[in-house]
Amino acid sequence: MAHAEGQQHPIGIYLKIWGLLFVLSTASYLVDYFHIHGYLRWFLILTFMLLKAGLIVAVFMHMLWERLALLYAILVPPLLLLVLLSIGVLEADYTFFTRGTFFGPASGAAAEHR
Amino acid sequence: MTQSTQASTTQTLPLAEGLRGIVADWSSDQRAFKKVPWGKAMMWIFLLSDTFIFSCFLISYMTVRISTTDPWPNPSEVFALTVGGHKIPLILIAIMTFILISSSGTMAMAVKFGYEKNRKLTFILLLITAALGATFVGMQAFEWTKLIMDEGIRPWGNPLGAAQFGSTFFMITGFHGTHVSIGVIFLIIVAIKVLRGDLDHQRPGFLTGRKGNYEIVEIMGLYWHFVDLVWVFIFAVFYLW
Repeated sequence: MAHAEGQQHPIGIYLKIWGLLFVLSTASYLVDYFHIHGYLRWFLILTFMLLKAGLIVAVFMHMLWERLALLYAILVPPLLLLVLLSIGVLEADYTFFTRGTFFGPASGAAAEHR
Repeated sequence: MTQSTQASTTQTLPLAEGLRGIVADWSSDQRAFKKVPWGKAMMWIFLLSDTFIFSCFLISYMTVRISTTDPWPNPSEVFALTVGGHKIPLILIAIMTFILISSSGTMAMAVKFGYEKNRKLTFILLLITAALGATFVGMQAFEWTKLIMDEGIRPWGNPLGAAQFGSTFFMITGFHGTHVSIGVIFLIIVAIKVLRGDLDHQRPGFLTGRKGNYEIVEIMGLYWHFVDLVWVFIFAVFYLW
């Protein structure tokens, strides 16, 4: 079996990414601390989350320097989860709607049967 | 043709890059994952399967949170701590996040010094990583105790609102905490192997009998960074949402 070259990179890049992750974590904590609400909150939280995840996978897990065959084999399959996510949102919205209709305060008859 | 006849048979041909490289790697009739040790490719595939497990938990959490008609307890207040008379929202979770990120940083450096065959520094960094991981689990145990004893939160219900809050919280953070705990145990095992020089002298491991080398430090690192990665998602969608 051929022995591969180890992943060797200057220590500076790890320290920089470490610092960047601290900054991003502080930023996402501040979103909660300053009570930002609505779409801006969700946008900021998801942006910081994806940036942190990207930095960890790319640099700490060395994906940036791997061959594309491995990168695509690992990073493409999770995209399928977007399908499960969409199905989940659709179904949950429908469940919420039916619960509101049949068990909500407006449907007194249904509430008596519970 | 002229180029191929000139090529020496002792030298390997350079690997193709880009899209051509992907096709060449996958159709090469050998190993698909080139320039990657066997164990590392397998760890990546394990992590891929773990990604699906955690995603199932998080997507289930999303569906029950959308579909419940009861109010969802505000995580910002549930996880607040009173320090010196002031109630600071979510502070414990923020500290846990910083601890786990720091442990990822020390782990990344341990991998680097491992490949440089700096035994002492690798051992120390691995031990710091394990200590930070253990601290994280300890704080999580504190958090669970506070929630169960003081707030009365149970997997089947709680006084604050939607019952699904407890069930998803204990399931997701419990599974993540288990991953951290297993990681700490393996970090200690790898640290001992490094200190004893098992990796330098290629002594076979107790489980697989494969020759020891510093690739196992990087493989251990992949697992540890993944645990950190999962926490990034839990922190965002469970605690901050």
